[in-house]
Amino acid sequence: MKTLEIESKLVVKEAKSMSGAQAVVQALIDEGTDLMFGYPGGAIMPVYNALYDVEDKLHHVLTRHEQGAVHAAQGYARATGKVGVCIATSGPGATNLITGIADAQIDSTPLVCITGQVHSHLLGTDAFQETDVIGISMPVTKWNYQVTKAEEIPMAIAKAFYIARSGKPGPVLVDITKDAQFEMFDYQYKEFKGMRSYLPKSELDESCLVTAAKLINSAKKPFVLFGQGVVLSKAEKEFKAFIEKSGIPSAWTILGLSALESDHYLNVGMLGMHGNYAPNKMTNECDVLIAVGMRFDDRVTGDLSRYAKQAKVIHLEIDPAEIDKNVKTEVAVLGDAKDSLLALTKLVDKKQHDDWLRAFRDLEQEELKIVINEELNPSTPVLSMGEVINSVNQVSKGDAIVVTDVGQHQMVACRYSKFNETRSMITSGGLGTMGFCLPAAIGAKMGMPNKEVIAVIGDGGFQMTIQELGTIFQSKTPVKIVVLNNEFLGMVRQWQELFFDKRYASTTMVNPDFQAIVKGYGIETCKVTKREELNLAVSKMMDHEGAYFLEVKVGKENNVFPMVPTGASVSEIRLK
Amino acid sequence: MMNKRYTLSVFTEDRVGLLNRVTIIFTRRKINIESIAASESEVENVHRYTIVINESADTVNKVVLQLEKQVEVIRAFYHEDDAIVYQELALYKLPTEMLLAGQDAEKIVRSHHARVLAVEADFTVIEKTGHKEETQALFDELKPFGILEFVRSGRIAISKPMRTLTSIVNELENKINQN
Repeated sequence: MKTLEIESKLVVKEAKSMSGAQAVVQALIDEGTDLMFGYPGGAIMPVYNALYDVEDKLHHVLTRHEQGAVHAAQGYARATGKVGVCIATSGPGATNLITGIADAQIDSTPLVCITGQVHSHLLGTDAFQETDVIGISMPVTKWNYQVTKAEEIPMAIAKAFYIARSGKPGPVLVDITKDAQFEMFDYQYKEFKGMRSYLPKSELDESCLVTAAKLINSAKKPFVLFGQGVVLSKAEKEFKAFIEKSGIPSAWTILGLSALESDHYLNVGMLGMHGNYAPNKMTNECDVLIAVGMRFDDRVTGDLSRYAKQAKVIHLEIDPAEIDKNVKTEVAVLGDAKDSLLALTKLVDKKQHDDWLRAFRDLEQEELKIVINEELNPSTPVLSMGEVINSVNQVSKGDAIVVTDVGQHQMVACRYSKFNETRSMITSGGLGTMGFCLPAAIGAKMGMPNKEVIAVIGDGGFQMTIQELGTIFQSKTPVKIVVLNNEFLGMVRQWQELFFDKRYASTTMVNPDFQAIVKGYGIETCKVTKREELNLAVSKMMDHEGAYFLEVKVGKENNVFPMVPTGASVSEIRLK
Repeated sequence: MMNKRYTLSVFTEDRVGLLNRVTIIFTRRKINIESIAASESEVENVHRYTIVINESADTVNKVVLQLEKQVEVIRAFYHEDDAIVYQELALYKLPTEMLLAGQDAEKIVRSHHARVLAVEADFTVIEKTGHKEETQALFDELKPFGILEFVRSGRIAISKPMRTLTSIVNELENKINQN
């Protein structure tokens, strides 16, 4: 196909007659997609039929459930920084995507979801497998659109990609009626360049930058909080340059984790409910709080009325709706984190805050003594989750991608995993979706085949999307699965212990023989119940070429500490 | 924080489903929409919704930012009553025989600057434009005649500031073309 330029600078390819279904596939290829996840069904069959011809250019991974497809697309997007693509049929196929779409919406993950829809003349008739997926997905998509004519397809898909990846990224959904998939038309690809009703990012306001720099330069106890914005705008280098020049201790949200290497001298750890002691305490001690690409989630802030009240807050943020949403700012710097950080770094003085940084390290010692030492080297015979993560660190040397599910193991994995490179932690942060991990790990591994991908899952979440073992089996994806089995829904149990008089309502898990199940999928397995077996088992897993399943029996009633109880202030963080 | 009446003007692309996307912003936060009116604007392909809510200044400010965040919402503004010229329309359906029997029908219609739109053997339709208080006052006076049906439109409003929609749209379009 010959590419030609027209005067509006749009890249336009020569028109070619094809069906709507072929156009869907061609548009995905034109947008640079080479991998997608999905599950076929009646209303999307023409697109699958078209996919059959281009398997060499656009590889489709058959998951075992549409939720698996969307989480895999999320894992792929989070690991690679590219747009994740998933596809499903109408009705239940589409509704099964919704949890993943909601997860992607709250965690700003770029996704293009394509769903089949019944014939346009059947819309609204309660036809077989008809559901109003546009209506259902509206609150959890950045944008969605229903296609009823083939000619709309090229623009709808180009626009979908543009919206998904620009500005604050997010999921979009394109619903395509079956008749539009069959219809023949002249396909012509046009790259989408923007629209008047959507400005992805603001231009930098020089005066805000100057005010922000003045505040930073006069601060005695400045403190940086960073989130996924640093990763999404690919500003890791600029971020590091900024904190190194200004000498400011920096703490991360769990979605910001790995944007700054774990052993960086200014990395002071994890924020929030189960975060580190020092950054939570110091939030209420600092004089200037600089938030970079984070949104002050309630799990980070605790009680807002007692959150950083003494500090002047500077917020570097791409989304105007986030400014003053939860925390009142002194200075808002609107714009892409990369642009803002570059500009701000030029304006800040070169400084070191040695005493202030040392105060963090002193508090860290307290946490080490009371929490971390016992977690990593327990005095009891039962294994802790922390020592498993620590064992993984020793083999991975911080170079693996760690994917987690949701719950105690997630907090432990975030707290203790070590990372050298960005995009190494993939976790469901905002939505807290159990069942996220296994499919997300598949997507991450397919996106980054040269990286080791380790899925750390609890026994509860593992069983929410356990069917994706079938996807691993069929696609021969070499993910390493570590199930931390405490035979409990551990985080809920911890809350029951602390806040509901140990009334363990429906949190005990009577689990099947995971070894037998995983073996059934042809995956190599190992089970560890004793400390002395752990390191060897982890090494064996990491050395194994294919997929591997390691189950570790961990303490049934261990708790994750520190903890900021609900309704408490971050400064009231408990060490035990 | 004190609740107040705010009128929101939301300018959008002309697209199916967008009204739903806009109202979701309110329902998600359990904000009751007191009235809503949708129409074209003076700019081709730009539609406008006029939405009235009773909320705190902080909430309305956040809601407007959430509205503007929506792809295909061009701009959104909010105003207190003194910053806009606004109007509503009410229709009243009454039994004709009651109006004929009563003494004051003409006086009431005249004093409220209402109009009679239709007279049929069994009913009469009266129209009144005005603020809610005014259409309500007429309602109260007509009540003794036995109101068969009553409907009030959503508020529509024009803002007093002189910034035109055309200039806003032009500015946004220029930004896109620069990219």
